[in-house]
Amino acid sequence: MLVERHPETAAASTLVLRVADWPGHLAGQHVDVRLTAEDGYQAVRSYSLAAPADGDQVEVTVQRTDGGEVSPFLADDLADGDAVEVRGPLGGWFVWRPETPGPVLLVAAGSGVVPLMAMVRARAGASRAPFRLVHSVRTPDDRIYGAELRRRVAEDAGLDVTWIYTRKAPDEDRRGTGRLQPEDLAAHGWPPDFEPTCYVCGPTGFVEAAAAMLLAAGHDPDRVRTERFGG
Amino acid sequence: MAGATYDGNLLAGPLAEVFAAEVTVAHARCAGCGRDSVVAELAVYGPDPGLVARCPGCSDVLLRLVRTPDATWLDLRGTAALRLPT
Repeated sequence: MLVERHPETAAASTLVLRVADWPGHLAGQHVDVRLTAEDGYQAVRSYSLAAPADGDQVEVTVQRTDGGEVSPFLADDLADGDAVEVRGPLGGWFVWRPETPGPVLLVAAGSGVVPLMAMVRARAGASRAPFRLVHSVRTPDDRIYGAELRRRVAEDAGLDVTWIYTRKAPDEDRRGTGRLQPEDLAAHGWPPDFEPTCYVCGPTGFVEAAAAMLLAAGHDPDRVRTERFGG
Repeated sequence: MAGATYDGNLLAGPLAEVFAAEVTVAHARCAGCGRDSVVAELAVYGPDPGLVARCPGCSDVLLRLVRTPDATWLDLRGTAALRLPT
């Protein structure tokens, strides 16, 4: 049942859902949300959990897809108190556990940052593993969790965040605009001999490109985990 | 793999309806080329008319999962073996 909704960007909203008997979850896991229309038509979509569970309340961040069947409804029309069918927690591969030693490199494009934000939030107070997040966005207005990430960089020791802008960069950003390049990961990621665990999430094309850059740089394939959400 | 819309992480929910174990962390051996892949890293197409998971190496189909109104069809003929961590 929807408890609360707040906007993250013009196109993304975070939904807080209350799920009876929620068993808790790992950072990186997702839920399947099933909507059923009056005529019985059903649509199921997967959404990453954005934060550690708060009792029986969980958060997902939904990026509205123009013309989409499910995301505009969830992002705009679902009302407080409305019920949706939620199954989870799901997945056991694209997860980070606070007891995992060693540095972590998070690489995301767009709303691919959602499961990685769950890892950043789960780390706070639970792990001292150094984290670096490289987030590719179109413009400064598309930085999902931008304000919280800037606050956490100041408060959470050992967390670094870099935004890569593909369309429009802030005036003070000397990199300018353009898709993620190997030099970006060399400058803002970890060298392979630090043996970081790398998590890459975003649209399929981005994930393939970023994972290929990490492998070409010498990262062990066993420590590069990926999640693709279409696009 | 070019053209795949998702990966095996997406199979977690649908396969949880069928299996007791978390299958996306299992290793699947491709019956075509012998490559060993984590299920989460298979190239997945779908969800309609059904989910199709292909080998990231040779693109052979390892798994098909189709839901009809009264049944779930699971075709694993392209999977030579599934190794589940215990």
